[in-house]
Amino acid sequence: MNSRFFHYRKKITSMIMMSLTFAATLAAIVPLIFIFYYTISKGITYLNLDFFIAMPKPVGETGGGMANAIVGTLMLIGIGGAIGVPVGIMTGTYLSEFGNNKFGFMVRFLTDVLSGVPSIVVGVVAYTMVVLPMKHFSAIAGGIALGILMIPTITRTTEEMIKLVPHSLREAGLALGIPKWKTTLAIVIRSAWKGIATGVLLGLSRAAGETAPLLFTALGNRFWSTSIGQPIASLTVYIYDYAKSPFEDWNQQAWTAALVLILLISILSLVFRIITRSKYKTN
Amino acid sequence: MEIKLSIKNLDAYYGKNQVLKNISLDIPKNKVVAIIGPSGCGKSTFLRSLNRMHEVVGGTIKGEILLDGEDLTKTDPVLLRKRVGMVFQKPNPFPSMSIFNNVAAGLKLNGVRNKKQITPIVEKCLRQAALWEEVKNNLNDSGANISGGQQQRLCIARTLAVNPEVILMDEPASALDPISTTKIEDLIFELKKDYTIVIVTHNMQQAARVSDYTAFFYMGELIEFSDTKKMFTSPDKQQTEDYIRGRFG
Repeated sequence: MNSRFFHYRKKITSMIMMSLTFAATLAAIVPLIFIFYYTISKGITYLNLDFFIAMPKPVGETGGGMANAIVGTLMLIGIGGAIGVPVGIMTGTYLSEFGNNKFGFMVRFLTDVLSGVPSIVVGVVAYTMVVLPMKHFSAIAGGIALGILMIPTITRTTEEMIKLVPHSLREAGLALGIPKWKTTLAIVIRSAWKGIATGVLLGLSRAAGETAPLLFTALGNRFWSTSIGQPIASLTVYIYDYAKSPFEDWNQQAWTAALVLILLISILSLVFRIITRSKYKTN
Repeated sequence: MEIKLSIKNLDAYYGKNQVLKNISLDIPKNKVVAIIGPSGCGKSTFLRSLNRMHEVVGGTIKGEILLDGEDLTKTDPVLLRKRVGMVFQKPNPFPSMSIFNNVAAGLKLNGVRNKKQITPIVEKCLRQAALWEEVKNNLNDSGANISGGQQQRLCIARTLAVNPEVILMDEPASALDPISTTKIEDLIFELKKDYTIVIVTHNMQQAARVSDYTAFFYMGELIEFSDTKKMFTSPDKQQTEDYIRGRFG
């Protein structure tokens, strides 16, 4: 064997590996492109101002909008976020800063289990815990279900991001006579803020796209409601109902609802990026 | 000569591993004390025990450390660290804060809110750290976007801002270029007028240049502690002489 043979073999191996990773990347983005293409091309026909400000029309009439569902989805994410974001961030902080013990290990394990629990199961739990005692479906029940679903994502991202903050920054804070809790809050969490925000965004987006846990918690509502004690409409439940309905008009509107949901998440994502944009250029 | 810190029979451990053995040493006020010795001899642990930063990395100590006659092993570490500040080997400015806020951090996070009170202190400390002229026009830039030498002086300014009495420096210039090192050394010379300084260094010439007293540590024991001039010209112990002449370590 001479060295030239090895040289060519290395080159060929390198090329094959490059092609494989490139193919895998294509395989990953092609479905994404198709989703965007179908949702936009099918959903755009009904995408007009009415869709955002009008209410759904009664069965048999065409047109109308989903103002109630858009507000409903925002409210559900809001309630879910109000529960899931603080709990997630605080749990993640605890795990990273104080969780190096048996209890921390257990919490970490349970969080991982929770992230694997099917969302419909979380819906059933919220149904038993909130809907049954209240004796009716409600926005708050849906929000609680979504909040629980957000917790694992936000917890684990927060923990990982806070762990990335160099130990030297914690020491710098403590050496200035700053108490540990304040060092954690004002220096450690602040340094990890961008990463934590990404976790929060992932959690919120996942919750915004959930249907199953809403079916028997928030239920859905064909009328305008912003009361957290009453059933509330959501885009995902509308997509589910309209897509399986026999009416062509409703099927079309389901596509539009899907498109609006994607837009909503994109806007949310953009807003997060702008808010958490670093004040400083990194070099 | 007034004694600022008096260390009596200090033992230090990481778990069961003893890293300092029966250290007794007096640190005079407004002087610079250099701690020298080969890697792993306990220099850093000794330094950290002086403001109880050893606790942060899981160390324990036995013995007495008197700060102005009061045993600091029995006080609140948070209050202690305001009196005994620390500068680390690797510059560690807060990257999410501006230069101004880096210096102000110790004040702001300890409850000083009044900006009128903070601004003059920030300027004073940056001047004391010989950094003011270089950063006065970009106080709002990130503390992490300046050179390594400037970052280290920023960290010194940050330490000065909480108005400590003692400053501990753990190889403050070992990650810096020669010019930045000279600046830090000049700074130490200036600072000893107002502060008591304990500096750990690997650099023998640096110890000889900046310190008034030198302590030589070896294998967790204090081998010799004396006037720096004497230490580097006619040390009492053979071991010290061997280390200083570069025969081991």
